Amino acid sequence: MTLGGYDVWWGPYAFILIAGWAMTYPWRALGVYLGGRIREDAEILVLVRATATALVAAVIGNLVCFPSGPAEESSLALRVLAAAAGFATYFFIGRKILLGIVVAEVLFGVGFYLGY
Amino acid sequence: MMPDEAFPVSPGFAERRRWVLRGAAKVVSVPGLILCTAHVGFADLAQQAGLTAAQAVFMVAAIWALPGMVVLLGAVLSGAGLLAAAFAVALSSVRLTPMVVALVPELRGMRTSRLTLYLLAHFVAVTSWVIAMETLRGVPRELRTSYYLGLGAILILTNMVVVAIVFAVAAALPPIVAAGLFLLTPMYFLTSLWGSAREQATHVAMVLGLVLGPLLHLVVPGFDLLGAGLIGGGLAYAAHLWKDRPA
Repeated sequence: MTLGGYDVWWGPYAFILIAGWAMTYPWRALGVYLGGRIREDAEILVLVRATATALVAAVIGNLVCFPSGPAEESSLALRVLAAAAGFATYFFIGRKILLGIVVAEVLFGVGFYLGY
Repeated sequence: MMPDEAFPVSPGFAERRRWVLRGAAKVVSVPGLILCTAHVGFADLAQQAGLTAAQAVFMVAAIWALPGMVVLLGAVLSGAGLLAAAFAVALSSVRLTPMVVALVPELRGMRTSRLTLYLLAHFVAVTSWVIAMETLRGVPRELRTSYYLGLGAILILTNMVVVAIVFAVAAALPPIVAAGLFLLTPMYFLTSLWGSAREQATHVAMVLGLVLGPLLHLVVPGFDLLGAGLIGGGLAYAAHLWKDRPA
């Protein structure tokens, strides 16, 4: 069943509750439960963090490579270049998140305006 | 700053309220503002996925973790079913467990009940976590839960309002602004994920995921996120073990 495939008004909300809240909150609750039980430097957490990070990174990669909406009109090269330049700015100049975002947005905005 | 011993008995209501408000004031901070702009991007994506304003606002309150919300929207956009969507969201939210594990010892006072911690855990996401880990040390221990309640609640409420406003005005956004919005969420994750990584394996996993996601999307759409997570994470962990092997 997809999100839009319900006949009742609360169908999408049930979908969000089950696929969203019920898949998210238990991980937080588990964190409280484990509280002082797991050592923060436990080896298994390295694998857990690496897997979760790779998955979120895949989401980032897909958003940049396959956007929807008006950004579809822009070229892949422009999007990747803007994101890479923004990250490089963040990485090399003081690790300021805001600065990285601004550089990426300005580059993208100028490129988009010029039709790239 | 008051030492922990300043409260031999539970702090009073006025004292708690003061610290709830101090936590809430943190909504006006660089990470707080970036989170709002990221939610502008999320709201834009939610509109494209065909959600109503009420559904998008509900999603903010119910999930309260942007990667999970974006994964769920991605699943909706690709027409995925409940099970596939749920599985992808669950995998993207595993990272919350170690974050909560790290936060709980900082947050807990002598008299803090388990129930309080279970309720506050819903507020844990990258932004409130980063702010809390930076500022909790300056909060008297018995008042830290009050402070985090204010911080977490204001962030959720503010961003629910932000999403509702975007739905109300998005039709009037010029194309160049609407197009530029799509970069906010990936740039915010890209930089904050990199900055919050504790070990090199996470950085390796992140680079692998960035490349594997789009590649797998072309080859095996539907398995792209899970595949990138499992392969990228597995390879990064293998490299981590290889580097640390006994000589």
